[in-house]
Amino acid sequence: MVKKSIHEINGRIRDGSVNVVTAEEMVDIVGELGAEGAAKEVDVVTTGTFGAMCSSGVWLNFGHSEPPIRIGKLWLNDVEAYSGVAAVDAYIGATQQSQSKGMEYGGAHVIEDLVRGNSIDMHGISPGTDCYPRKVIDTTINIYDLNQAIMLNPRNSYQKYNAATNSTNHTLHTYMGSLLPHYGNVTYSGAGVLSPMHNDPNYETIGTGTRIFLGGTQGYIVGEGTQHSPAAGFGTLMLKGDLKKMSSEYIRAATFEGYGTSLYVGMGIPIPILNEDLAKATAITDDDIVTNLLDYGIPSRDRPVLRTVTYGELRSGSIDIDGKEVPTSPMSSFKKSRQIANELKEWIRAGDFLVSMPVERLPTTTPCNAMKQTNVNPLVVDIMSSDVTTIHEDAGFHDAAKIIMEKQFNHLPVVDSGNHLVGIVTAWDISKAVAKDEHDLVKDIMTRNVVTTSPDEAIDISAFKLDSNNVSALPVVDSNKHVLGIVTSDDISKLLARRH
Amino acid sequence: MMIKINMAADIVTTPILAEAIIETGSLLNISQAHFDPIHGEVVAEIPSDQLAKIRDALVNRGAEVVVLNTPIHRDEDECVECGACISVCPVKVFSFADDWSIEVDSDKCIQCGTCLKMCPHNALALGQ
Ligand code: SF4
Ligand code: SF4
Repeated sequence: MVKKSIHEINGRIRDGSVNVVTAEEMVDIVGELGAEGAAKEVDVVTTGTFGAMCSSGVWLNFGHSEPPIRIGKLWLNDVEAYSGVAAVDAYIGATQQSQSKGMEYGGAHVIEDLVRGNSIDMHGISPGTDCYPRKVIDTTINIYDLNQAIMLNPRNSYQKYNAATNSTNHTLHTYMGSLLPHYGNVTYSGAGVLSPMHNDPNYETIGTGTRIFLGGTQGYIVGEGTQHSPAAGFGTLMLKGDLKKMSSEYIRAATFEGYGTSLYVGMGIPIPILNEDLAKATAITDDDIVTNLLDYGIPSRDRPVLRTVTYGELRSGSIDIDGKEVPTSPMSSFKKSRQIANELKEWIRAGDFLVSMPVERLPTTTPCNAMKQTNVNPLVVDIMSSDVTTIHEDAGFHDAAKIIMEKQFNHLPVVDSGNHLVGIVTAWDISKAVAKDEHDLVKDIMTRNVVTTSPDEAIDISAFKLDSNNVSALPVVDSNKHVLGIVTSDDISKLLARRH
Repeated sequence: MMIKINMAADIVTTPILAEAIIETGSLLNISQAHFDPIHGEVVAEIPSDQLAKIRDALVNRGAEVVVLNTPIHRDEDECVECGACISVCPVKVFSFADDWSIEVDSDKCIQCGTCLKMCPHNALALGQ
């Protein structure tokens, strides 16, 4: 049984005799020497990851103005920062978007601009008080003008992430990137073999107070992150570090098309090899790490798991879904993850970084529950109109025009001989056909790519579908594509008007 | 050289490619083709010296011809080499090298623009 203390290891770091390897290198070492041999040889294993971490932000302190202000609301480059804490403190969160530029620029970009030393326009307002009489402040600051810029990320470094794909017939824009229709691609995140928490899954050395690499400088683990869900393999960490010492090499703003902004954060954890169990744990490979492939085409919290998949498979460049070979790509950078693990290794080797034990271990049983929702979600079935007439695809377009006229519907679902929905015709399609003098069959003028809903879908999802597809009605279909009714944007606005 | 031929709904069903080939006597080497009821898109390689002739023959028949000479450009300062762009490119312009750097084979690019939306770091651009 090998047993080493943290003091022994730090002694070796100080006298330069320490043996540090990355988690990637450790795989072969354990393969060669076995866990016991590796535990004797190796003192520290470094990990690293560089990916989108939405739940990130920075506490800023600006110092007091003359006359003083107790800032109530604050904008940095037109991105709102939370300033409901004392007078001149604020928290800028990564996903907050600019009022004027929208998704193009957000809190993450403010953070990157701070790290790069760029100037930031600041605008704050306040009701004014006897002790803080000033009501408005406008100034330009950079990171050197601040008393503190402390990165405090409530939830980083997820132990593992799900992989994403899309079963629908249209491209989805998500925080997992563009997901092409009909399982056109798969995206995933996380550094696999180098993933910090996978290398110490029992949190023996990872906990409150552990010294880590964060953004290119030394940082610390505050404790478990929000939504920490260790039993399900989804542990998370809350991290802190001094933004003033960070580098844009490891702190990068990002925009996910159609989703918003996020911050790419580089972090790494050194795992002191105190015993054989830790040596064994750090020998984990991509093939040992299993995650779920989820269908993001299902707009629900409980997305179906299409299959389980290992990081080894994901990183091979393609995986199999229902007999189809689908290309995969990561959203996080393995090259940078490796760079972080290597940089941390060099710091330790050079004696610039001492490893630490947590002053408090992470909880291993905290549950992560869903939101308690006291207002019941209305469903499509509650508001759809079941009085819907359909038309056969081989009918003449005049028949369609007549039905639309008589029934005063704007939308006419089109069905085939088996009564399955195959298209939709609107009053607009008919006018177009008339204008072009094309008096054809319904199937020649209908829209084939119909966006549909089902009776048990939440209204909020239908509202989102109407909006994002720029349509004004959705046929309601069952699993056999039989038309059960229709919901229109009018129905939904009426309902929402009642709700607000 | 590569060209992209766009055909709107009204000509998508007419044999304009065949007609243009016969008229000009030039060979089009088609590398990508995509048709749906409202639109057609073909990417083809042609001998550079025959561009004018082929373009005229196609444009006269109602098609739009774009020369694919401004392929994808990657800004190396913005790129973090994540690889997100790899899985969305229809012609596999992007790939990982052995050390997990990004390799860009821009000669293959058909200027479809899909990767621009995918890149989280705004590192990709067309037309430079
Ligand atoms: S523009 Fe299209 S073809 Fe060119 S690299 Fe991007 S995705 Fe590939
Ligand atoms: S998606 Fe953008 S940042 Fe990522 S590798 Fe491609 S070009 Fe670089």
